[in-house]
Amino acid sequence: MQKPDLTIALAGNANVGKSVIFNQLTGLGQIIGNWPGKTVEKAEGTLIHHGKNIRVIDLPGIYSLSTYSQEELVSREYIALGNPDVVVNVVDATALERNLFFTLQLIEMQAPMVLAINLVDIAKKKGININYQLLGDILGLPVVPTAATKGIGVHEIVDEALELFKHKTKQNTPMIKYGPEIEKRIERLEFELKQTDLGYPLRWTAIKLLEEDTEIIRILKEKASNVVELAKDLCKEIEKIHKEPCATVISSERYATSARIVSEIQTHEQPQKPSWGERLDTVSMHSVWGYIVLFTIMLAILGFISFFGGWLSEVLQNLFEQFNPNLSGFWPEIAWNGGVVGFYASLAVALGFILPFYLILGVLEDSGYLPKVAYLMDRPCHTMGLHGKACMPLLVAFGCNVPACAGCRIMETNRDRFIAVVLSTLVPCSARTVVILGLVGAFVGVQWAVALYIFDFLLIFLIGRALNKILPGTSVGIIMEMPPYRTPSAKVVMKQAWVRFKPFLITAIPLIVLGSVIVEAMRLTNVLPMISDFLSPITVIWLGLPAFTGFLFIFGVLRKEAALVLLAVVAGTSDISSVMTPLQMVVFALVIMIYVPCIATIAAMVKETGWKHALGITMFEIVLAIIIGGIAFRVLDPIL
Amino acid sequence: MPQEHIEEYLEAIYDIAGQKGTAKTSEIAERLHNAPASVTEVLQRMDRDGLVKYQPYQGASLTKKGENIVTRIKRKHRLLEVFLEKVLHLPRDHVHDQACKMEHVITDETEQALCKTLGVPTECPHGSPIPPCNIDVKNCNECMSENKIIQEKREQKLTSITTLKPGQKGKVVFIRGGRNVVQRLCDLGLTNGTLVSLVREAPLKGPIQICVRGCKVVIGRGIAEKIFIQLEGA
Repeated sequence: MQKPDLTIALAGNANVGKSVIFNQLTGLGQIIGNWPGKTVEKAEGTLIHHGKNIRVIDLPGIYSLSTYSQEELVSREYIALGNPDVVVNVVDATALERNLFFTLQLIEMQAPMVLAINLVDIAKKKGININYQLLGDILGLPVVPTAATKGIGVHEIVDEALELFKHKTKQNTPMIKYGPEIEKRIERLEFELKQTDLGYPLRWTAIKLLEEDTEIIRILKEKASNVVELAKDLCKEIEKIHKEPCATVISSERYATSARIVSEIQTHEQPQKPSWGERLDTVSMHSVWGYIVLFTIMLAILGFISFFGGWLSEVLQNLFEQFNPNLSGFWPEIAWNGGVVGFYASLAVALGFILPFYLILGVLEDSGYLPKVAYLMDRPCHTMGLHGKACMPLLVAFGCNVPACAGCRIMETNRDRFIAVVLSTLVPCSARTVVILGLVGAFVGVQWAVALYIFDFLLIFLIGRALNKILPGTSVGIIMEMPPYRTPSAKVVMKQAWVRFKPFLITAIPLIVLGSVIVEAMRLTNVLPMISDFLSPITVIWLGLPAFTGFLFIFGVLRKEAALVLLAVVAGTSDISSVMTPLQMVVFALVIMIYVPCIATIAAMVKETGWKHALGITMFEIVLAIIIGGIAFRVLDPIL
Repeated sequence: MPQEHIEEYLEAIYDIAGQKGTAKTSEIAERLHNAPASVTEVLQRMDRDGLVKYQPYQGASLTKKGENIVTRIKRKHRLLEVFLEKVLHLPRDHVHDQACKMEHVITDETEQALCKTLGVPTECPHGSPIPPCNIDVKNCNECMSENKIIQEKREQKLTSITTLKPGQKGKVVFIRGGRNVVQRLCDLGLTNGTLVSLVREAPLKGPIQICVRGCKVVIGRGIAEKIFIQLEGA
């Protein structure tokens, strides 16, 4: 890749449209979501503007530069130590007071800055008028009003950034002045810090020391522990004066400054009527109606996807089978039963189940409905030792467990993250839905498919409760911004669905085709029975399944939906009811549902929780699935 | 008449009728195992002292002054219950009776020390909330970090943000809780003196939604119960 001419970093509160601006600028796949804490890692893209090659970094959305969460740490380390040429602070025009609180902290980091005031279209509708000129004068920063979803002002941001970069002018941003009792102590610390370079601006480091910032104290302790001690004493002195921890005093002063600036530059005519979003809230967040709406939406999604996916599978199968030459012999059978059947079956899963789910999830995310779900489900989640935010990854898990595991990073503590990851991997993803609906739903009866779902939810609930009991500590409560409803944009929804879908298309489909070719070859060369015989003590004796399923469990680790496709291949017929009894199908689906999702999920778990935990979870789920499957075989025998 | 008896009467009224309601003389008498005639006499005297409002044939209700005393007693009572269970390991069904006697004799100093030693508990073993202290601090860190007893007392009447009704407003005065949570709330704009309003609450003691500095924020019940505010106009 060509070396960039300059680097721009986007920083700001969660949910202000940073990711939208990032996408408008780079056109590269960064997932945008209307829920807080979405960008858990910094995303990167490039843009050519006026012949300049510009690297754009999208930092996680945060409210402060303290160390409350990993995201805050990532952002401030990047701004100070990653040396971006220009920092673009994206702020929400409808919530200036809180957004400028963050801007004031960025100014203290002394990075060259452009202020992008986003969502000006929505602010105007709300009767908020902002004097951008005056705001720029007060802060000494270039200010660009933008409406990113409509593409307004986005390129002006880059123009301003280039301008700033070209002239390399030292920006004349007035630092926020704290009370004299604090300023005196900041100066004292600045003086002491002159000998030790941490890479952060002096004044900022001094302020952080007074805020008793754990990270800065940790770094500085090794280099100059006497300054840390001094800072501690100075903090105590300030606390004596204010009767409040020093950090809260400083925050309060920042907020006071922010409020004062806003009162100078903004007029707000209160609209007479509540906005449609607020009126919608009274229903969607209502104590009774909210839940009815939620469950209706969930059922509708599940119903629609299973109906649509089933229909599409049939259409594709009929389409391809027209061309079946029905040749016999080793190579023709491998080519058709392995290659072609594997291809259209995996295509049906991709287009019929996974893509629709991502499109619907995109609409839910982009409209801002997910945080309402977190609000409604906070109380129920507490019984599993989690708070409402865990709903978001758990919901994503219905589509695919892999992004769900990554999404668990929005949980604040390691404990909560671990529980959320474990529960996410137990949620029936679209691949497992394919097996449950395609096997049990189609051949045994819909009521049994529903029963499997209910059992799985019960299992998730019980394991959640158990983990909550076993793991030390308790869940911290939810503290979350509630973004307003926004009309989802078709472009954004389609783009984010595509970004999530693409990996499946390019890695999973070839893998499934390859897998089914191998299976077909093994079937034709009689290798399959050997593997299946090896596993038969578990599959045949304990689970009561036909011997050929043993191989499927192993192969299912690659992709679970492939297990159903391969079942047809191994059984040599697509009418599975002729080779398996209803009881066997239920037990098979049950085991497939519970044992560890797939190789991709294991990889995601390793990334989130580390090797040890990921292997532990994997082993636990395999054993659990085998135990439950065996019990189900014996308990359900009289009924089915 | 000893202070202890007066406190018993105030508590009885509070338990029967709550903060605002009126307790009948006969109900109070039954609760305290006293003759109604002597109860009436005591209530009349307490009315003169400005602790209750007594109306013949109707009963007695708490005045502001009376209510303040009850809140302090309830705080001591519930702190003692936690102490008896958590530290002395008494069975839960024994702690109430003990605490009922001890609550009248411990000083404010002991109360503060109990709160600190027990790590700022928020509920008694039976699940009732422990009212906030009346020490003039803005959050618990300050009190916890001081080794001496803080003398300054707060005048205002504080209430948890969860007791607001939708649409009601109040100013943040005191946040009970760990450093991290206090800082997070601060970052979201809940600094001391900030005006907040309750927008709605989820059922079954779920989270609440508040409006602060023009933004909507959702806060879990456990954290919200520790945010104490002064009602607007109070």
